[in-house]
Amino acid sequence: MSALGRAGLLGSVRKRVSDFRPGHDAPTSPDDRLMADLRTALAPERVQFDSAGRSLHSKDASVFKGGVAGPTCFPITTAEVQAISRIAAEHGRAMVPRGAGTGLAGGAIPLGAPVVVALTKMNNILEVDVDNRIAWVEPGVINLDLTRHLTPLGYHFAPDPSSQQVCTIGGNVANNSGGPHCLAYGVTNAHVQAMEVVLPDGQVAMLGGLDPEPAGLDLRGVFVGSEGTLGICTKVAVRITRNRPAVKTLLLSFKTISDAANTVSGIIASGIVPAALEVMDQKITVAVENYVHAGYPRDAGAVLLAEVDGLAAGVAVDAAGIAAIGRANGALEIREAATEEERALLWKGRKTAFGAIAQIAPDYYLHDTVVPRSELANVLAKVYEIADRFDLLVMNVFHAGDGNLHPLLLFDARDEGVLDRVHAAGKEIVEASLDAGGVLSGEHGIGVEKQAYMGRMFSDNDLDHQDRLRKAFDPTCRANPGKVIPMGHSCADIQALRRVPTGVWG
Amino acid sequence: MIASGVAGRRITDEVAQFATLVGSDDPVAVEGNRTRWDAGGPATGSPRIVKAPAGVVQYQPDEMTVKVLAGTTVAELDRALAGEGQRTALPQRGGTVGGALAVGENHPHTLAVGALRTAVLKVTYVSADGKIVSGGGATVKNVSGFDIPRLIVGSLGTLGCIAEVILRTNPIPAVSRWFHTLADPFAIYNELLAPAAVFWDGSATWLLLEGHEVDVDHQASVAAGIGELTPVDGPPDEPGLHRWSLPPGELQATMTKLEGPALASIGVGTIWATEPQPERPLSPAVEAIHDRMKTFFDPDRRLNPGRHPGRR
Repeated sequence: MSALGRAGLLGSVRKRVSDFRPGHDAPTSPDDRLMADLRTALAPERVQFDSAGRSLHSKDASVFKGGVAGPTCFPITTAEVQAISRIAAEHGRAMVPRGAGTGLAGGAIPLGAPVVVALTKMNNILEVDVDNRIAWVEPGVINLDLTRHLTPLGYHFAPDPSSQQVCTIGGNVANNSGGPHCLAYGVTNAHVQAMEVVLPDGQVAMLGGLDPEPAGLDLRGVFVGSEGTLGICTKVAVRITRNRPAVKTLLLSFKTISDAANTVSGIIASGIVPAALEVMDQKITVAVENYVHAGYPRDAGAVLLAEVDGLAAGVAVDAAGIAAIGRANGALEIREAATEEERALLWKGRKTAFGAIAQIAPDYYLHDTVVPRSELANVLAKVYEIADRFDLLVMNVFHAGDGNLHPLLLFDARDEGVLDRVHAAGKEIVEASLDAGGVLSGEHGIGVEKQAYMGRMFSDNDLDHQDRLRKAFDPTCRANPGKVIPMGHSCADIQALRRVPTGVWG
Repeated sequence: MIASGVAGRRITDEVAQFATLVGSDDPVAVEGNRTRWDAGGPATGSPRIVKAPAGVVQYQPDEMTVKVLAGTTVAELDRALAGEGQRTALPQRGGTVGGALAVGENHPHTLAVGALRTAVLKVTYVSADGKIVSGGGATVKNVSGFDIPRLIVGSLGTLGCIAEVILRTNPIPAVSRWFHTLADPFAIYNELLAPAAVFWDGSATWLLLEGHEVDVDHQASVAAGIGELTPVDGPPDEPGLHRWSLPPGELQATMTKLEGPALASIGVGTIWATEPQPERPLSPAVEAIHDRMKTFFDPDRRLNPGRHPGRR
């Protein structure tokens, strides 16, 4: 084939991809007809379009300003999600799935008045199948409710994001959520075996399977973490993990955050894979201690919360190993939680860290990047320097074991111009992480937050292929358009969002 | 090394040369060591045969990651990692890293090393139009963008030709011991916290225990309470060429139905058998996604023609 032929081929690929895109003249219809159609498919009270609901559903838990929500539907069955999908398509509307709205990257923010599909009423634990070590759950089941349900059976759901008291399994699937204990057990993707999804064209498909090597491409793996852009998950088979008979939680305090970071690297290098390795700097430790009174030292430069679990004898060996590595790195104090109550209190401190800061400043922006463990100390030094330069208060509490940083910028949004400084500092933090060999996000996702940075991590070819993946599921850009892939790349095109009936933007 | 303009991205000469070799015109099939050459159907249409470059590019034991070229044999990778007391989820069986990932079969000790699909952190491949494309990231945790590595693992080279990957590594446990027993394998699997492998041929059971010596001793004593244990060197050879994938809860019923010799991996769902598993057809909706994926990634169907992910 000649060079010209190749160009022709490329052109034809683009055409084939773009053929599926909705045109500018796609039919639209006023909201009342859309509402009427939706209310034939669902009980009328489960289709809402009041201003309070639209306002609530226009944003998530991030600092990003809201979008514009169309009608919000609260389906209770897969068939209803399917019906919503078909009606939305007939009306030329996109769909945005929504769980508890705890996302921090703007993934659930509706762009272009899509139909919001709130899955919170699909919240049944359908089956616990111990033979296959899975549980079938609906997407609206709350993460911690599932673990509570499994506890008497001797199992739990391993991903445990800090928001686990409110966040949903469907949201965990959409974001490929992590949490402190994914160091040893892996993030959500390692815990989803199969799922039923309603594809953007309204068809229902089962992705993955309960067998170890399901036939075909790993579409299940691709769907997890896709932020609602490949369809809507309506039923999930999550792996259930045996509870460990023994657990030890150690609190190590250090003079500097570098000492804590070096201890973390030393532990991993020694071949110990703890269940969790969490670091908090002094400012957040003081805030947490004031909030929960867990016995965290206020005078240490940093604390490391290390947890090992498994069988009693091996846990004792690993705990002793961690203590020795801590001592070698200048630990000021090493304390082992003596009781389950003490252990629970330490974890409560860690998991409510973001609530504890409310006493310091009314607003915060929680960042999420990952760096190689060996770069933790260097990148943290840069984070402090950046915050200092922008005259912002920063606290660090993070999943140190896998290099997942969570710099927390504190501010009062009423201060004039502060948001500009927050965003400028955030940009530099992201860039410092990438320059250190890191990645854009460890567990919050891209959403709208980090679209603009995707080009710093991926080439145009990379992004083009991500877009092809997306189009294979959603050829007409109906599923949560305007997310993940940066503007200018097809499904992110605002053109899909432009076709909004007059008056909806109001 | 070629800088690509993306943060930290360096394209190695070997990958650039592989892209030139794959080209963008004629049908190509990627050859590893041909240990699973007919997986997903035999190569058709007389494709030009290409080989991916080989070599361990960068091994960082304290990051628990290794960057390796796709043509490297798994055995060579294993040797490099064993020097630092680490391993990966890739099955050995004589093949290459790229071949193992393209085929997508798990390690026989999946319970211990994890599923193959969780092993790939970042993948670099040559696309149908001869471009170098990467997905995923170098760190052990990453949710940046669409999960291209998951798509490529098990895709039989039909969406892109794997050139280089960054894999997650794991520590090799202090102690690994095999036992033989006539005890019920399901009772053993359910009673033990974390057996590394439980194999069952329909009458006898082979148990692999790994970890701290104290834990292995403890687990062995628990298992011995169910039935007498005899230390052995290892499990029997896989009895057949065929590999079944079943929900673990269906193993017992399936094993009683198989006529020839078979070995089941309890808690995992794999059976090695002399007879093939019946075809597991994809649903029409899933088939349609496969078709579009292929059309968008390889419109002229020049990459590994004849292979179909999902066919035995």
